[in-house]
Parts: sequence; structure tokens; C-alpha cells
Amino acid sequence: MEKLYTFLKYTFITLWTVFIVAPFLWAVSTSFKDFQSVNSKVTYIPWLDFEPTLEGWRVLVKSPARGGVDIVEPYFNSIFVTCTASLVSIVLGTLAAYALSRFTFKAGFVRNNDITFFFISQRIMPPIVLSIPFFIFLSTIGLLDSLLGLVVVYIVLLMPIAVWIMVDFFNRVPKELDETALIDGCNPYQAFYKVVLPNSIPGLIVAGMFCIIFGWIDFFFAFILTFTEVQLLPVKVVALNSSITPWWSLSASALISVAPLIIVAFVVERYLSKGNLSGALK
Amino acid sequence: MNFKHKFVFLFPGLFVLIGILIFPIIFTIRLSLSGWNSYTPEMNFIGITNYIRLFTDDPRFWESFFRLSFLSVTTVILQYVIGFALALMVWREIKFKRFFRVIFLIPMMTTPVIMTVIWRTFFHESLGPVNDLLGNIGVKPILWLSDPVIAKFTVIIVEVWQWTPFMFLLLLAGLLSLPKEPFLAAAIDGASPFRKFVYVTFPLMAPISIGAIIIRLIEASKIMDTVFVLTSGGPGTATETSSFYIYIKGLREFQMGYAATLSFTYLVIMIISLTIIAKVLTKLMIKE
Repeated sequence: MEKLYTFLKYTFITLWTVFIVAPFLWAVSTSFKDFQSVNSKVTYIPWLDFEPTLEGWRVLVKSPARGGVDIVEPYFNSIFVTCTASLVSIVLGTLAAYALSRFTFKAGFVRNNDITFFFISQRIMPPIVLSIPFFIFLSTIGLLDSLLGLVVVYIVLLMPIAVWIMVDFFNRVPKELDETALIDGCNPYQAFYKVVLPNSIPGLIVAGMFCIIFGWIDFFFAFILTFTEVQLLPVKVVALNSSITPWWSLSASALISVAPLIIVAFVVERYLSKGNLSGALK
Repeated sequence: MNFKHKFVFLFPGLFVLIGILIFPIIFTIRLSLSGWNSYTPEMNFIGITNYIRLFTDDPRFWESFFRLSFLSVTTVILQYVIGFALALMVWREIKFKRFFRVIFLIPMMTTPVIMTVIWRTFFHESLGPVNDLLGNIGVKPILWLSDPVIAKFTVIIVEVWQWTPFMFLLLLAGLLSLPKEPFLAAAIDGASPFRKFVYVTFPLMAPISIGAIIIRLIEASKIMDTVFVLTSGGPGTATETSSFYIYIKGLREFQMGYAATLSFTYLVIMIISLTIIAKVLTKLMIKE
């Protein structure tokens, strides 16, 4: 019985690992193919099934004028938008979460929980619902097709995540901590800044990572709200898909685009194994 | 504590969010009462004509809504079962624990649209590896993307791949934070692993499970990226979800007024149904 369970467990884990890794392996293999090895028949292993070329990777560094795909600028645009929006969301979200966790708010029938729900409920809105009014809103204030416009929109996307994680986290930080600081003569801001914040670093890191993930992977707002001036990475890669589909450069650019966040998986795992995440994610 | 300080903490975030959102929301409601389209691109007032059209003469929207419900409920159930199983398996000591944890997390770090582009080549009906490998063992080519029924399952497969890690992460973080005493007590009583799960682990995990399921349902109801790249709602309307239908009406056919009506109705339905689902789940999973 015990043996059967262990056997089933490892079989399941192995199958799931293969399922997760399969598209990556396929993309790596495809990125070294040329027209012939993609279109004649399905090929898998370089040298054995087909002769690998670096063509797919070379287009990424060529200038657009010479038939290349300019991926560097979208890359930096994506990094800028994601990081700026995450930073603003974390700062504002953490302050709001601290207030919601420590003080009581009353306005008519509105209580703390309702305000927290208001923040989190913004995630319910599908991007398409917001994108049409945002389109008109941004074009009125002249921020359509600009990095700043995207940052503004992404704050709506990310602040709910920051509030969601940080409210739960602050609820677990003992209240005595700030009370002691206040008795010692700190004002509320000093108590927050000098005592509570340093004790909330795991929560802040988790919240930060989630903001970065959800900012980085967004496609739809970038797709609707930008055209030519500013392009984000996902839009650029998907645009490749619509042309004659050179699978090799498509795969290469896809791999390059998802690579940076895979590091985040290692960071998340580290926090998970150290037990720091449990408090921050519940 | 002094009364004013709490507002200094709360208001910046609250007002930035409200400030950014107030215009889009009011605008959507106002737009939904207008007949803005490509022929008359102006904010006229036509009352509730759009709403009458939606409720009496637009089966395509309701079909897309039921399709969305089917897709999101199915994917979330699969994600919950698989994610819970995986979390239980790497919760306690096993070989290469940390390696598997990282692997299981990776898909949620990747951009859905970009991975879907890869999946599209993966499921390509003549040049993709899936049909080729199945062909080697004598299975006829499966129409992953062009058969109305199978295309739905292809979308589900991709969604499960993409988002099971998120469920896994929330549930594993929950498992790791559980108190040790109930498990010790169960071990002393000599409970079998199965009974331990049913009477100890699962009840302790119920609140975390509800939270994780609701969060995933909210996110899954927005399925758009995957459908957009993988099938573009097709074949026909076989994989068209509400978001995608609103996108077609609003930004392809430029029936802005009607799209706003759809958006607003959709939001109201979503908020009501998620509240009900949260209540029902809480009743079902937390007994006594």
C-alpha cells in the first residue's frame, strides 16, 4: 500500500514535470531551426533531426532596417513600466494596507472590510471593460501611446494585489510592536517607518514579486493603449505571430521574454522553504 | 491614537485608485446609454435601448457568458485538484523537493500570451509535435484548434498549465503555515494517511482553499489572452468568452455604446455571482 502510494506519487510528479517543461523544450528546439526543418516535417533534436542554425536568435540583434526584430526597446519599456507601476503600487498599497490593518474606519455603512474589498474587487474587472474608457481618458489628457499612460493604468492593476497581500501580512505583525514604539515616544509615522516596516520585509518582497509578475505578464492594456511610439514586449512578440510566422525567431524572442521572471520562481521558492511566505500569502 | 494619522496612511492609495477609476466607470455607464458607433460617433442619449437589445435580442452574449462560466469553473476545479495534490506531494520531505517546487512554480511566471504563441505551434495540426508524436503510436491527427469541441479543451489545457502554479503556491504556503499539533494527535491515534487528509488536513485548509478558489475564479473569469492568441474565439464562436465578445463589439465593430452596455451588465453579473459563490463555498467547506 505504502509502496503503491509512493509509486503513484512519483509517477504523477514526473508526468506533471514533463507537461510543464514540454513547451519550453519545444521552443528551445524550434529557435534553432530554419525554414526547411520547421516546414518539411516535425523535428525535435538538433544535429540528429535537423541542422541547427542561429538565424532565429540573430534576427533579435539585427536592426529592423535589415530585416531584424527590434526587441531591445520593448524590453526596456516593459521593465520601466512594470517597475515604476509596481513601486508606486507597493508604496501606496502598503500605506493603505497598514491603515486598514491598524485603525478602524467608519463612514456610513462602510467599514474596514468594505474598503479592503473595494481595493481587491478592482481585480474583477476584465481589462476589456476598462480599456475602452481608458483609451478615451488617456487620449483626452494626451497620454495615449506613452509610457506614463501605461504606468497609470498598471497602477489600477497592481495596487489591489499589494493591498491584498499587505493587509493579511500586517494583520500578522503583532500590534504590540507599534504600541511599544509609540510609548517609547515615536509618532505614528516613525513607528510605521522605523519599527513596522523593517519587520515586514518578507511581506514587501512577496507583494513586490506579485506586482512584478502581474505587471510583466499583462498584454491587453499594452495592446489597446499603445500603437507605434511605445511597444511593450508581449505586444511585440505577439505581433511576430501574425506575420508569416517565422517560428524560429518567434521561439527565440518568446524564450528571451519569459527568461527574467523565471528567476522570480527561485526567489519565491526560497521564501516558501524558509517559511516566510506562509504569513504573507493567506 | 490620533484621529488624523490614519487618513494620511489610507488616503493616498485610496484616492489615487478612485481618481484613476472614477472617469472610466462613470464614462462606461454614460456610454452604455448612448448609441455611439462608427456611423454616429457621438454621445447621444438613447435611454435603455441597448439594455433592451441585450436582454431580448442577443443570444451570442449569453452563450459567450455560459461558455466563460464553463471554461473558468472547469479550469479552476482542475487547478484546485492538481494544485492541491502537488502541494501535498512536495509539502513533506521528498527527494529533490526544492527542485520540484521551483519547476511547479515556473509557468505562472511566464507571460500568458507569449506562452500561448508557443502552445499554438505546439498544437499545430500538421507541424506540431503533439500530433506527430501521437501519429507515431497510430493516433489520427487531432484537430486541436479547429474542432469546436476540442478547441475548448485545448484552451483548458493551456489555462491549467499556466495557472495551476498559482493555486499550488497559495495552497503550499497554506500547508506550510498549519499548526503541527493536530497532525501529531492524528499520528498518535494511528490514523491512516487518507483519514488524516479527510479529518485533519482538509478541514484546516478549508479557509485557505476558499480564498484560493475565489482569487483564481476572479482571474479565470478574465480569460482573454489565451483565447485571443490560440483560437481568436474560433472556430466560429466555439471558444468566444464574454471579454472577447465585448472586444469584438467594441474595438472591431466600434459599437462603443453597446459594448459599454455589455461591459456594465457583465460586471454586475460577475460581482453578484462571485459573492454568491463565496457564500456557498464557505457553507459547503466549513462545517459546524
